Amino acid sequence: MKTDIILCGVGGQGILSIATIIGEAAMNENLYIKQAEVHGMSQRGGDVQSNLRLSSDPINSDLIAKGSADVIISMEPMEALRYLPYLSKNGWIITSSEPFVNIPNYPELSDIKADLAKLPNVIMVDIEQLAKDNNVPRSANVILLGAAQKALGIEYEKLEEAIRNVFGRKGEAVVDANIKALALGREAQR
Amino acid sequence: MKKLLLGDEAIALGAINAGLSGVYAYPGTPSTEITEFIQGNALAKQRGVRSRWCTNEKTAMEGALGMSYAGKRALVCMKHVGMNVCADAFVNAGVTGVNGGLVVVAADDPSMHSSQNEQDSRFYGKFAMIPIIEPSTQQEAYDMMPYAFELSERMKLPVLLRIVTRLAHSRAAVEVGEAIEQNALNPDNERSHWVLLPGNARRQYASLIEKQPQLASSSEDSAFNKLQLSAKKGLGVIACGIAYNYVCEVMPSEISLLKVSQYPLPADKIKALAENSDSLLIVEDGQPFVEEQVKGLLGAGYDIKGRLTGDLPRTGELTPDCVAAAFGSECPQAFPPAIHLAGRPPQLCKGCGHRDVYTALNQVAAEYPEARIFGDIGCYTLGALPPYQAIDSCVDMGASITMAKGAADAGVFPAIAIIGDSTFTHSGMTGLLDAVNDKANITVVISDNLTTAMTGGQDSAGTHKFEAICLALGVEREHLHVVVPLPKNMEEITRIIREEINYNGVSVIIPQRECIQTLRRHARQKNAEKKQAE
Repeated sequence: MKTDIILCGVGGQGILSIATIIGEAAMNENLYIKQAEVHGMSQRGGDVQSNLRLSSDPINSDLIAKGSADVIISMEPMEALRYLPYLSKNGWIITSSEPFVNIPNYPELSDIKADLAKLPNVIMVDIEQLAKDNNVPRSANVILLGAAQKALGIEYEKLEEAIRNVFGRKGEAVVDANIKALALGREAQR
Repeated sequence: MKKLLLGDEAIALGAINAGLSGVYAYPGTPSTEITEFIQGNALAKQRGVRSRWCTNEKTAMEGALGMSYAGKRALVCMKHVGMNVCADAFVNAGVTGVNGGLVVVAADDPSMHSSQNEQDSRFYGKFAMIPIIEPSTQQEAYDMMPYAFELSERMKLPVLLRIVTRLAHSRAAVEVGEAIEQNALNPDNERSHWVLLPGNARRQYASLIEKQPQLASSSEDSAFNKLQLSAKKGLGVIACGIAYNYVCEVMPSEISLLKVSQYPLPADKIKALAENSDSLLIVEDGQPFVEEQVKGLLGAGYDIKGRLTGDLPRTGELTPDCVAAAFGSECPQAFPPAIHLAGRPPQLCKGCGHRDVYTALNQVAAEYPEARIFGDIGCYTLGALPPYQAIDSCVDMGASITMAKGAADAGVFPAIAIIGDSTFTHSGMTGLLDAVNDKANITVVISDNLTTAMTGGQDSAGTHKFEAICLALGVEREHLHVVVPLPKNMEEITRIIREEINYNGVSVIIPQRECIQTLRRHARQKNAEKKQAE
């Protein structure tokens, strides 16, 4: 098996946390992993992305080639579109529906949504609203992960276990919030 | 035991496990995480491994050289342009030679994700005539650390370890081992090695030249330079460092392949590859360092393809896509690029003190149409972008002050420099001294956020010392001001800037307010400590 994943969004939205959880789950399944990311600028409101590759065989390139990403997980709708050239024919986009408008020339949201609607395999979730409504305001990113779980091909329980491992030292409240968020995401993509 | 580690972290852990006694570094993307890992590592703390940030890459290189002189193993870390700053010490360390193992890590940035250029540090290794190692994977980066230290002690030379962003900032599982003991204190008694008066230097240099065949045979025999010859005689490939991964990803099978991860180049292996092929493709991340040398080695008649022939792009980092194209195949794209897209460049954080500084500067500069604001390197470089669009130049660490002085010498008025606190101690102080000594008519703004922010909020060398430093350098008390960059202080700050522009001499204004990112982090740490105490 191989799964090539592009995670993207705006600096500060928690993309790397999702990558950490997936990486932890994959390690426990004895999969090979490579995860490339760009540091430094990522606190500063710019676009950020991570290339995460999982495979049952040794992985060579740290970067994903064009047309071969199986999943694009995006915390922001326009950012999802930025990586379209990397999406494989049957690949999935799982994206937040809420735009992050911190630039003066942000495109019309209706255009962005129309572009996404044209694609064959897209799941759009209002993770911010779901997070607020369900009292897990800082776990919107994990809701997105829950929505992406099926496309990722990783067992749900393995992701839960990974959340416990990754967030354990932050206390039970944080772990519970993220377990809840994961379930909300899975529910949302049904 | 397997750990998921960034390339940077693999290097750091490899060094600790190889008996490291000190890491000397200045923050620089993509090398910063090496030192941060060592600073946070329990064993390193237990062993008292020195790891405080240095003021610049030159002091770092020299500090490491001192530890090496004393017999212990030292690591130096920097980004590629940092090599330019430590070049004096670096090149001369090849002439003195080393005692305890000394490894210099240069983290290059092809595609300039966060740099001014994509210079290739391998040229520095060749320039200094020392061994260079270039790991391809995170595992190799870890494994090559004890190897590098041993090589350094055997050859009695510093060893340059060269990585690129895509290895430094990429994670993979690494099999790690146990740590060995540090070296004992054992200072070098041979003064003739270390005192580079011309008489000694000539002898040392001759000895460096004499060592070159040993370096060559070490590369030739190195397990990290692997030659696989195919039964078919066709295209042969030389893949250096991380390029090996892209080649393995996309390469059609049955091609002769030479993996290069140690330099000087293994000439015999290259010649064997060339004899078994009818043309060679050189795949390397950075500049055509190997491509040029192989042309020299094989002569004008041999068909060599690479970055110089257009088979690979001349600029920018390697990707699996461009490497596939070099083999004549293409990764099929299923979807065309989206049209409803906008660039999202990084910005100054909301609430950042630099924002208030630029607001004040722009307000006053608008009254002087001939004003020029010379910028420098840090978060405040983002002042070049909208909405501030405030700076006219940004070239290298510390250039703001010295370029402002040079421009003022030529008649530019007003000539204003803006520099951060870390950059000021890194290489602004010497420029300020020039300005004071020559009574230059410049206004220097040291935007002090009490940290080295762009690289992630590391300690800044001169915190709380700037007024004293400026006075000691000769800046007049009446023309040195400390202000707090907040909207409510705009009137005071603009008045001071205007007054100092109109003073014919050196003025220094220090807007001082802690970076909001480090402020938040400190608050979180305090809360966590409080909770633990309860």
